[in-house]
Formats: sequence, C-alpha cells, structure tokens
Amino acid sequence: MRVLTLLGSYLKIGVANELQYRINFFVQLLQSFIGLAAGLIGLALVFSYTSELGGWTRPELLIVMGIYILMGGVINAFIQPNMGRLLYEIEQGTLDFALTKPVDGLAIVSLRELNFWSLTDIVVGLVVVGVGTGQLHQLVSLWQVAAFVAALIFGGILLYCFWVILTSIAFWVIRINEVVQVFQGIYAAGRWPVGIYPDWLRIGLTFLVPVAFAVTVPAEALAGRLTPPALLGAFGMTVLFAFLARLIWRLGVRRYSGASA
Amino acid sequence: MKRLLDFYWVNSRLSMMRQFQYRLQSVLYMVWLVIEPVIYLVVWSTIARSNGGSVDGYTAGGFAAYYIVWMLVRQMNMVRAPADWEWRIQHGSMAAELMRPIHPIHNDVSDFAGAKVFMILIFLPVAAILSLIFKPVIHTTWLQVLVFAIAIWGAYLLRSLLCSLLGMLTFWTTRVGAIFDLYFALELILSGRLVPMPLMPAWVQHLANFLPFQSMFYFPINALIGALTPLQLFAGLGVQLLWFVGALGLVNLVWHFAIRRFSSVGN
Repeated sequence: MRVLTLLGSYLKIGVANELQYRINFFVQLLQSFIGLAAGLIGLALVFSYTSELGGWTRPELLIVMGIYILMGGVINAFIQPNMGRLLYEIEQGTLDFALTKPVDGLAIVSLRELNFWSLTDIVVGLVVVGVGTGQLHQLVSLWQVAAFVAALIFGGILLYCFWVILTSIAFWVIRINEVVQVFQGIYAAGRWPVGIYPDWLRIGLTFLVPVAFAVTVPAEALAGRLTPPALLGAFGMTVLFAFLARLIWRLGVRRYSGASA
Repeated sequence: MKRLLDFYWVNSRLSMMRQFQYRLQSVLYMVWLVIEPVIYLVVWSTIARSNGGSVDGYTAGGFAAYYIVWMLVRQMNMVRAPADWEWRIQHGSMAAELMRPIHPIHNDVSDFAGAKVFMILIFLPVAAILSLIFKPVIHTTWLQVLVFAIAIWGAYLLRSLLCSLLGMLTFWTTRVGAIFDLYFALELILSGRLVPMPLMPAWVQHLANFLPFQSMFYFPINALIGALTPLQLFAGLGVQLLWFVGALGLVNLVWHFAIRRFSSVGN
C-alpha cells in the first residue's frame, strides 16, 4: 500500500518536472513520427515484393509494428530511465541513498524516474495497432481483445523483470553501460514476428530476452493465432522471470558495498 | 603534420588497448553487432525464397553476402555520436578539450580509429559463424578487395565529419534529438543500410545519388561483392573523396562560428 502511495508521488513529481519543458512534447512527437515513418517505409518495401511474410499478412504485421512501438514507449517511459539511474548509482556507489530508505529497495529503484513524453510512443503504437486491426478481414472477438490485453501486461512485466536482471549484473561486474544499447539492438528484432527467425535466434528471443512474449504474442492474440496454452506459457514465463528478477536483485544487493558516506 | 601523426598513432593505440580491457563488454558488443543485419537478412532471404529464389537479382546467398559485409562496414562507420557533443557541452568537458593545442575532432577520430582494430578482430569469427549459417555467395577480385580496404576508411572519415557537423549543432541549441533522429532515419533509407539500393524505388535511388549516404554504406559493400568495373570502383572512391573534401570544408566553417558561441559550464 505504501509503495502505491510512493508510486503516486513519484509519478506526480515526474509529470510536474516534464511539464516544465512543453516544447519537448513536440520534439518527442516528431521523433515518434520519424520512427513510425521509417518503420512504415520498411514495411512498404517488404510488401512491394511479396504479399505475406512468413505467413503474416500486411495488416497483421502492422499490428506487430504497433505493439513494437507501444512496448518501446513503455520501456522508454518507465523502465529504462529507472534502470539507467540504478546502473549509474551502482557504478558510482551512491545507491546507499535508495537502499537506506524504509521501503522495499527494488520497488523504490523501479519507481523513481518517469520519462513522461515517451508516453507519446504508447499512444502512437496504440493508433497503429488500431489501424492494423481495422484492416484485418475478420472481426476481432472479445476474447481476443482480452487475451491481447493480458498478453500485453505479461509482456510489460517480463520486459521489466528482464531489465532488473540485466541491471543487477552490474553488482558483479560494475561497468555494463553498453547493456542499454545492446538491449535496444535486440529489441529491434521485435519489429517482425519471431516466427520468421531461424531456431537459435527464435529461442533466444523467446527465453533469453523476452521479445517474443512482449511483442509477437500480443500480436498473435489480435490476429487470432494465439492458443490458450501459449497464453498460459506467457503467464508461466512472467512468474518465472519475476521470481528470478527478485532473486538476482537480492543476491546483488548483498554484494553491494557502497562507496559514499 | 608529424606532430599530428604522432598524436594519431599514440591515441589510437591507447584506445585499442582500452578496448581489450573489458571482456564482458565485448561479448555484449558481439550480440549487438550481429542482431541488426541478421534481422534484415532473415526478412529479405525469406522474401527471396518465397519469390522463387531472388529479389531484384539478389538471391538468399547474395543477401547473406551483402549483410555480412554490411557488418564490417557498420563497424567502420561507428563514430563519435552527435549526442556525445551535447553531453560534452552540457557537462563542461568540452571546455577541457578546447584547452588542448589540438582540434577536438582529432581526438575523436583517432580514438575511434584505434577501436576499429578490436572491432575487426571481433568481426572475423562472427562473420565466419554467420557464413556457416547463411551461406553467402561472394565473387570478388583483388582490385575489389583493395578498393574495399580503402573505401571503409573513407567511409569512416566521412561519417566522422558528418556526425561532428550534426554534433556541433548543440553549440546553438540543445533540442537536437529530433534532428539527429531525422538524419539517422534518412541515412537508414538512403545509404543502403536497410536494403541494397537496387531494391529501393527508382526515385529513391535517384535521390540517393545526390546525397553522401551511399558512400558510407552501399558503395563500400558493393565495392567488395558487387559486379563493378575498375572504372566504377575508382569513380566510387572519387565520389567519396569529393564528399569528404566538402564535409571537411563545412566542418571548418561551422567550427569557426560554433566556437564563438561556446560558453563554459562545469568546474
């Protein structure tokens, strides 16, 4: 309960902070549209040579791209700013200030930062998903929408847990700034359904880095390709990753010896 | 001139040694290096196969060759990011660089040049593994290898200058994120980074001929694996040189004005 109140306060501070710089909204919007345009050009290029890619039609791939943008917005708004700060504080040894607060350490390091204007990506992504869904030949059922929302939530939690694990590695090796860049590179693979990739890559994108669950599975839900066992699998993965993230974080904190004070 | 060369020699060696220090980083780096071209490669070889073997003359093996060479060219294209200029100006480290009796760009260029040795060393085993998986088809000549070896360094220098130009915009405004994004999006489409240029619509190819982007991606790759005549190879190098000279002039001009705008921050 206390954590929720805290979350509320941090959100308020984050929003108030960013509302000082309103022009940044337009800059961010412009950046979102540039990203969208590049993605659409790539898609148009693909479909100027073929009518389907690995069994996925054009509207279905539009949905994949929309979810890719949406999840990218979630990462940029909520996950990456917090984990970036955590990474910096582990390296500098100033994490003490967060750890000594009388609430759960993991909760506090995950809530402190909010990149408010990145929320535009979430809106843009939703619009693209909507357009793609509208172009589908069949009507989307209520069950599909429910499965889509559930898969999105699982995917978001999975990505967060994955980031916590990745960032916690810094407790052992101190300097892994490049991790952010590497993750962005890998996440770019989510622009296309993971089914088109060769086995080794598909398995990596499913179980090592949960891009498949974050992007492809929700898209499958809307496209009517998702089976109940697959959704259950996403749920299972989420539970497993949440457990792992908690465990590795705790082991990491035990190793942490500040440098401040 | 000799002093400048000495500086390049020492600074690139230092930078090379730094690269060898962080081993976990290099594993991560390898993952990052492989992923982007593999995405493109998978998409386009899937299309080639479903189209009965090839897309505009590129077979699956042709795409494999293109995107594996792409990887090395991309490595050579890694330069000081424009965003780093913003950081340096914001945090005041630009002030320190300006104190030195040498242009800050020399520092960046020699720094990244030294790191290339390490990048090429990492590229070789990765390329070998990818070749086993994707089976590239390459026909090349010694002249092409030679021109390629020159062209990748030309591409590196040209991109260094262009990214520095972009970075210098931060002397005037710090809201540069969108401009950088726009530049990189244009580069993605007009350079051959996304797909080999012949796959682009004719008007895009035409437009690209009047812009420098191809000299940094499509030309070096094509120099090694394309069916180019010696004349075309040297013409390509010539175009690269022209863009380089132009960019150099522009960098000097912009720097001249930028430096007057600078006011120090930090301590």
